[in-house]
Amino acid sequence: MAKYVTVQVTRREPPAPVEVTGPQCKKCRHGLQDGELEQNFHVCPYCGYHYPMPARSRVTMLADEGSVTYIGEELRPADPLEFFDMRPYPERYEEAQKETGLTESMVAALCTVAAHPVALGVMDFKFMGGSMGSVLGERFYRLAQKAIAERRALVVTASSGGARMQEGLFSLMQMAKTVTAARLVGEAGLPYITILTHPTTGGVFASWSTTSDVIIAEPGAVMQFAGSRIIEQTTREKLPADFGTSEKQLSQGQVDMVIHRHDLRDRLGSILDFLAPGSAMASAGAAANAATGAAGGER
Amino acid sequence: MADTRSYTGEALKLIKRLRELRDLPSFPDGYAEEIKRIQDRIQSLRKGGGVPSPWDVVQIARHQDRPQTLDYIAHMLPDFIELKGDRLRSDDSAIVGGMGTLGDRKIMLVGHQKGHTLEERQERSFGMARPEGYRKAMRLARLAEKFGLPLVTLVDTGGAYPGKDAEEGGQAGAIANSILTFTGLKIPTVTVVIGEGGSGGALALAVCDRVLMLENSIYSVISPEGCAALLWRDAAEGPKAAAALHLIAMDLFELGLIDGVIPEPTGGAHTNHAATAKRVMRQVQLALSELSTLNADDRLRLRHDKYLKMGRYSQG
Ligand SMILES: [Zn+2]
Repeated sequence: MAKYVTVQVTRREPPAPVEVTGPQCKKCRHGLQDGELEQNFHVCPYCGYHYPMPARSRVTMLADEGSVTYIGEELRPADPLEFFDMRPYPERYEEAQKETGLTESMVAALCTVAAHPVALGVMDFKFMGGSMGSVLGERFYRLAQKAIAERRALVVTASSGGARMQEGLFSLMQMAKTVTAARLVGEAGLPYITILTHPTTGGVFASWSTTSDVIIAEPGAVMQFAGSRIIEQTTREKLPADFGTSEKQLSQGQVDMVIHRHDLRDRLGSILDFLAPGSAMASAGAAANAATGAAGGER
Repeated sequence: MADTRSYTGEALKLIKRLRELRDLPSFPDGYAEEIKRIQDRIQSLRKGGGVPSPWDVVQIARHQDRPQTLDYIAHMLPDFIELKGDRLRSDDSAIVGGMGTLGDRKIMLVGHQKGHTLEERQERSFGMARPEGYRKAMRLARLAEKFGLPLVTLVDTGGAYPGKDAEEGGQAGAIANSILTFTGLKIPTVTVVIGEGGSGGALALAVCDRVLMLENSIYSVISPEGCAALLWRDAAEGPKAAAALHLIAMDLFELGLIDGVIPEPTGGAHTNHAATAKRVMRQVQLALSELSTLNADDRLRLRHDKYLKMGRYSQG
């Protein structure tokens, strides 16, 4: 039987707001020292929340030191529709370029990851909400071409609010372009791995990010094709708080694994050990080496 | 609706000439002047009386009485056999498909079906497909591939169904994999946007060798209302967004994003299903005839090249 306890409640003055002197985690409110988040790969050291990560920092995190060459940097957005909403499109992307120091929402790099040659694409959500336009499509295609020509794995991380509306149907066509480019990589017998980070939505979620051989998601990342507001308006359904999260996607069979950012590089390396060209043969050698205690210290 | 046949005829001829000029390997004397002259003429034609604005076209494209996939089938594929189900979960009636004879050619046809009456529209979710719909489309595409039937798709959807179940059932992956499937087919493929070509839900059926649009249809990355809500912060600015998005067939043809525009009968497609179906299917047959002169590998390479070239950017 339940026991009822009467508690004397004394009204107290609400505590004075804590003086916030520095940055705080927006999830757990724990104070953060200058640079603490950056040093921890933009993961809160106290609650593990994965913040969107600047594209170049992520390249540095994933790639072997000194192995990175950026490609396609000369590609810049054009304004094929002379799109003008409340502001002209060029004003919007020039502002994004200034804010991020990037030329577009995805950087393309050739590098090695755990000694495997990789063509690496990394999106940056800060650049116009990580929207996919023609430059992203072309950089993706060039990565695919490099992958095929140089026998590299294609690895691309997603972080996107969807299509770049200001490029109209050109942006929708990037879904077809990127999927075609990734298909050619697969036909060349090369692995294609995608990493879905918060948030992965709209046209990016419904194209190249979900046609890969292996799909990795970061913890807590939200993935949705349609926006929550549209779903609730159209169907009057109430969406649960964890709707579309990595963990839900995993249980619903939509991604292969959820991997903490700190472990991404090692896990990527291990997957490439299995899938990279010639790895089926090489793994026999690696096993033999492991047996004699010669391998294992590399990473 | 006013009679716009003379506008349509002349504008299409001008745009074709414009595309030819742009495709020239080198620029002849007077090249820039001719392009300018054509563009000015197109502009003045549009300002002429009776030419519907982009927002008008959006309304016509969504007209409830516009012919839909089952109407085209009724008029043009008398021996049609419908095939149903995704073999995984259910049958999504927002997309219909099956086999039939078009002229002297056996084809596989897959298309969105919005429905005409409110009851049918609710039953078919207004042509907004769930993952099951795209998986059925993929299944029928593979079936067509196996037996060498050319694939014709008809696009008419506001977009993929935005629902909890659809999302949890893998909506994004279903669309992505449908696109992937279409990029690998060795059979000839032709799509016609017959009404609304809404975003990823449209593209899932539209990555084809030939992409045609009916004159008063639209094809867009986002609905004009959705675009207005996001960029103008006011869904009522749909007419402005419709113009800015260049979502009408003529504009998309001029931009090189589609391969052809099919003029509608006087008064619009909704006033004459039989005539519209005949026009559409004549163009489909023409496209299939052209495509069947190519061998499968060349056709596939050309399809890949076409999509790999999509996009406009600057270098430097
Ligand atoms: Zn925290």
